[in-house]
Amino acid sequence: MEEKMQGIRASDLVVGYEGKSVLKDVNFWVRPGQILTLIGPNGSGKSTLLKSITRQLKTIAGQVYLAEGTMDAYTDAALAKQMAMVTTERISPELMTCRDVVATGRYPYTGRFGVLGKEDEEKVQKALESLHALEVADRLFAKVSDGQRQRVMLARAICQEPKILILDEPTSYLDMHYKLEILQSIRNMVKEENLAVVMSLHELDLAQKVSDLVACVDGETIAKIGRPEEIFCGDTIACLYGVSAQAYDVVSGSMFLQKAKGEPKVFVIGGGGSGIAAYYTLQRDQIPFAAGILSEGDVEYKAAKALASALVTTPAFYPIEIRQMAQARKWIDDCDYCICTLDAFGPLNQANKELLSYAKEQGKWIREGEKPWQK
Amino acid sequence: MKRFIVTMTGLIIALLLLVIWNVTSGSVSVDGMQMWQVLLRQTREGTFYHIVWDIRMPRLLAALFLGGALAVSGFLLQTFFQNPIAGPYVLGISSGAKMLVAVAMILCLERGMQISSLGMVAAAFIGSLLAMGFVLLLSMRVQKMSLLVVCGIMIGYICSAITDFMVTFASDSNIVNLHNWSMGSFSGTDWKDVGMIVVLVTLTVLATFFMAKPIGAYQMGEAYARNMGVNIRLLRILLILLSSLLSGCVTAFAGPISFVGIAVPHLVKQAMKTARPLYLIPGCFLGGAAVTLFCDGIARSLFAPTEISISSVTAVLLVPVVIVMMVKREDARA
Repeated sequence: MEEKMQGIRASDLVVGYEGKSVLKDVNFWVRPGQILTLIGPNGSGKSTLLKSITRQLKTIAGQVYLAEGTMDAYTDAALAKQMAMVTTERISPELMTCRDVVATGRYPYTGRFGVLGKEDEEKVQKALESLHALEVADRLFAKVSDGQRQRVMLARAICQEPKILILDEPTSYLDMHYKLEILQSIRNMVKEENLAVVMSLHELDLAQKVSDLVACVDGETIAKIGRPEEIFCGDTIACLYGVSAQAYDVVSGSMFLQKAKGEPKVFVIGGGGSGIAAYYTLQRDQIPFAAGILSEGDVEYKAAKALASALVTTPAFYPIEIRQMAQARKWIDDCDYCICTLDAFGPLNQANKELLSYAKEQGKWIREGEKPWQK
Repeated sequence: MKRFIVTMTGLIIALLLLVIWNVTSGSVSVDGMQMWQVLLRQTREGTFYHIVWDIRMPRLLAALFLGGALAVSGFLLQTFFQNPIAGPYVLGISSGAKMLVAVAMILCLERGMQISSLGMVAAAFIGSLLAMGFVLLLSMRVQKMSLLVVCGIMIGYICSAITDFMVTFASDSNIVNLHNWSMGSFSGTDWKDVGMIVVLVTLTVLATFFMAKPIGAYQMGEAYARNMGVNIRLLRILLILLSSLLSGCVTAFAGPISFVGIAVPHLVKQAMKTARPLYLIPGCFLGGAAVTLFCDGIARSLFAPTEISISSVTAVLLVPVVIVMMVKREDARA
């Protein structure tokens, strides 16, 4: 028995403006209950793709399939019951309360004059409730904060009772609190309503956490699509955004500025995350530095690797050996100063304690926060 | 909903009072008893009968319906351009209509014919569409709303200049009428015109009212309206046709009348505290009717028997409203 097409599927889609293609060979299939997140640099065509699958733009070639066949076969009114969207466009409807804005989502279901029935009113109320937007329901939409507006726009989309939800950067302009809350709400809606969601996000760390599928949009096509763990590994992300492999840590989602150029001037003895502040300080002052001796499993390993000009490490869960000690000593010899960010040294970390004594003997030890290189 | 009913009731009462005032006052005053006698057709003779029935009644009906048409046309243009100060006058649409009517009149006069009112409306409609076409072309290039209005005013000036040019060099002495008309006035409306006005305006406003739902969706911006299932192309075409028809109709019969199209929708929105087309379209119609009737009453009676042009009155009374509105809007944005 042939399975009925569910969710939204793009097949060899070509999208662009006025016949000029922006993205080619776009293929994906988002099933109900899944979130597909588009990531990629600014101007790579994420919005173009989202506009094309919501019929804001004509597709150039290929097809989009929904439950009842191709999207082209849907009338505007029928499509409205299938698919709702939230764009980045900021609307400023005059004299409309948030409740009025949410109620516009009932448009495909109301009669000739768009008067809401009792059932419609209830659905508006429910949508406001599920997005925690009741408190602003009767305030003017133009007067509420960006975060609340985004909640209201999501409630509006949900009110439209779609099977497919398209969101263009739902978290832009929002502070952390709202970012988390909006994404949590989207996740909840996906589960409760069994929605298929296609959205674009700039926050890679959040994309990694919230998505079932991630697609890398690189300005020509979807370069790679897969589960987050397939995308957030290796140098896929660094390549997509054209940054150095160290600039983005796929595990923690941290981003790092460029390391200072030149021979190391300072040696940092760190570990367990204690050294991160010193790395950032040195990077800001543009002082090249060396660091060590770190385990490759240490939480600050990625930061050190991204920012230090030289790094002395041991493989995770291996003891520090003579070889590494010698290397570290040599770096201390070559540096002008040495900073230690550790307060105590455990039994397996005696080597770093020795390094500190060595630096002190050499007269290179400075306290963390001292900046002798500034004059 | 409550505010809607209150506002509508207020407007209807105001309209009734204005009708009575307009019938009774003027260079010849008519008292209430005489008015009722004439209106109830108890007498069919005498000066009062002629003044009321042949001069004042057609004139006030024209002012009432055309005023309503102006306000609705303004509301449609504001929705279309998503610009609160759009209106048939500032966008140059009235002037475009005026120009084409002048052309049509002169062409007809030169061949010794009198132009029919239907011909006038047709010419004005085409003129409106032409000016609207220009504004639309500009609106594709010019994103900034204030700039678009400036362009509209420029288009208006060009059209007016061409009209003046033609009026100056037209040979026929009948052209004096044209000059009066081009200043904007309801005087000289007869019952035949009124019939035409009532039919045209009623049909167009009704059609607009039946489009209240998609117009409301359009207020949310094009992208969302499309997502709600609105056929944007069709809606945009209908909005242009209806607003051009309304303002063309006004210009054909009364010449260009300023600021009613901007000020009235704004006032009605403030009174009703909503921008929902379902409420605003009837509200604007009644509001436009009341304001125009009031202004025409003043134009007739202030320096009676000399009449001043209706646009002078609307400008003096309504420009402050428009300015206050714009200033408040800026404050709200800051």
